[in-house]
Amino acid sequence: MDMFSELDSARGSPKLTDIRAAFRLTGAQRAEAKWGLLFISPWLIGFAIFYLAPMVVSLLFSLYDFTLSAPDEARFIGLQNWSRMLFDDPNTWETLFVTFKFALISLPIGMVSAFLLAVLLNSQHLIGKNIFRTLFYAPTMVPLIAAILIWSRVLNPQTGWLNQLIQVTGIQAVGISGLRWLDDPNLIYIAYTFIGLWGIGNAILINLASLQGVPTELYEAASIDGAGWLRQLWSVTIPMVTPVIFYNLVLSVVGLLQFFIVPWVLNLGSGYPEGTTNFYMIYFYKQAFTFQNMGYGATLAWFMFIIGLAITIFLFATGRYWVYYAGESR
Amino acid sequence: MAEKKKKNDALTEFEIARRRRNLLLQAAITLGALVLLGVYLMPLLYGVVTSLKTKAQSADPSAPLLPSIAITFDYEGKNYDVLQVPTEAGVHEWALVKKGRRASQFVDPGNPDAGIIDWEGNWRALEPVWAPSVQWDNYPQAWNTIDFARLLFNTLVYAFVTMFGTVIASSCTAYGFARFNFPFKNLLFMVLIGTIVLPPAVTLVPTYAFFVNVLGWGGTWLPLIIPQMFGNAYNVFLLRQYFLTIPKEMEEAAQIDGAGRIRTFVSVILPQAVPALTAVSLFHFFFAWNDFFGPLIYLAGNRGANPITVGLTEFNGLYSSETQLILAAAIISMILPLAIFFLAQRVFIQGIVITGVDK
Repeated sequence: MDMFSELDSARGSPKLTDIRAAFRLTGAQRAEAKWGLLFISPWLIGFAIFYLAPMVVSLLFSLYDFTLSAPDEARFIGLQNWSRMLFDDPNTWETLFVTFKFALISLPIGMVSAFLLAVLLNSQHLIGKNIFRTLFYAPTMVPLIAAILIWSRVLNPQTGWLNQLIQVTGIQAVGISGLRWLDDPNLIYIAYTFIGLWGIGNAILINLASLQGVPTELYEAASIDGAGWLRQLWSVTIPMVTPVIFYNLVLSVVGLLQFFIVPWVLNLGSGYPEGTTNFYMIYFYKQAFTFQNMGYGATLAWFMFIIGLAITIFLFATGRYWVYYAGESR
Repeated sequence: MAEKKKKNDALTEFEIARRRRNLLLQAAITLGALVLLGVYLMPLLYGVVTSLKTKAQSADPSAPLLPSIAITFDYEGKNYDVLQVPTEAGVHEWALVKKGRRASQFVDPGNPDAGIIDWEGNWRALEPVWAPSVQWDNYPQAWNTIDFARLLFNTLVYAFVTMFGTVIASSCTAYGFARFNFPFKNLLFMVLIGTIVLPPAVTLVPTYAFFVNVLGWGGTWLPLIIPQMFGNAYNVFLLRQYFLTIPKEMEEAAQIDGAGRIRTFVSVILPQAVPALTAVSLFHFFFAWNDFFGPLIYLAGNRGANPITVGLTEFNGLYSSETQLILAAAIISMILPLAIFFLAQRVFIQGIVITGVDK
């Protein structure tokens, strides 16, 4: 079972009887519970100190006007940070818009590429599968910063190899009037998506493992029914790998919401070109750490948490209708 | 008899056609994969090649693809550029001695005694003559400029200290979830997995204020190391899945022999779980090698403590025109992770698959 299907099976709030039962354990059960809690205590303590407490404090911070350089002047201002963020600060919605726009371009390209590459790497007609698998995974091992630095030069309109490669196919790409990947507001998200494609190795791998798990009888049956390759892909393969697609989707959405490093390394979060790279996380960073505006920063962070939670809940709720789990009757 | 032979012929013909079709499909798909891989890895090749060029070549769009230098020629104690000069007798490779707007003077490096050659035309339109030359020096230069030894030391200390912490804490936690019943176990496990989708930003502001303002740990590694001593959801999940596959009988036997819970865990379970422990350690190592946001905010103002990621980013900001050095530094930073991956890929790939696929 993958992580999220485990989650699905554990779903449901504890019932009152469970709570009562928890306090009525026999001696042996009590001993076992004691050991269990002792073993999980490292995580439990860490969770309390580094997750639960900071989340609560973060929510409290959002009710204060609090600058780190002058902690003594912190004062309670109620919901003013929240109303400023939601109604008076145009940056909130602009940076959210930028983040979502990029996610809507980058997410489908990344997920479809990972799936199709997995199909290719699973093909019975491919010679040298293992070497291909290793090499297609290799860029994912390139440290992200190194990848960004290399891509930023490969995408150079004059000297970069990408434009020179495109030029070979007859399209005018090189030069001032060519494809200015990192300077053109219309191309910037595609350029960032390219960089992201160097990180889809994990998605390829779990897609691949899932493809290998599809029972061959299903293909044989479909083949007897006269289904061609494309039809088999659509009606057998894709439904069978929906759990993996779902898993990748949730992790990608959460990751993209926090998109930060690429624009930071390329232009220190200046938003260049024309504000198209003012991502929400960059704005949060500036408020919280550049301006040391802890109260407002905490508000922005909590808002991001709420949005992420809403999307995750939405995905899990709709996932019931399109994610197929073997052995479940619907 | 004749009829049977005919049938056989038809069969082999069919078989031949099938094989031919398969062969063709194999060739087409493998070739397609090769082209795709070539495009996918092209930036890596570009990075290696460009890191071996001179600064001048890396900035010149009309320069050759492979590392080269523009040839010069010593003439009467001075160094002159050799250019490609078109004349009526074809293109000559001559050294430009005296520049003029409409006409310039050249010397033929093959026959300098012949003296000055006058040539009419604009020398600015002439292309230099390139000869292959690999600038291995870029690597030591990048290494020293960025003080890579220092960055590497910081990164390795961080990676190993947190690796031990997180692997120990995660395996204890995983064992607790795998083998024991306790109240609210499902709920707690749900919370654990839930932390994966929790944006770190939501806990960051108070944590930062606490570490930096209350404890005064700004500019040190402590705020980065301590939170990782308590395990993390991915590692716990992976290890728990692995522990679940270990037969319970082994522990029961150990307990009959009088071993306590902790002894059993350390001497029976952990030795069985070496592949999973290796995978988790590797994951953590790569995470630490890539960690950027934490060091960026906590180490601000203490450049001596920078890890590779932040060091590279600062280097890129300061030397952005030195493309060849930046690429050399980037290549240096990927050697260790790539080497480890190629050596340990089997264990590593298994680990990724366990966390992501129904099995």
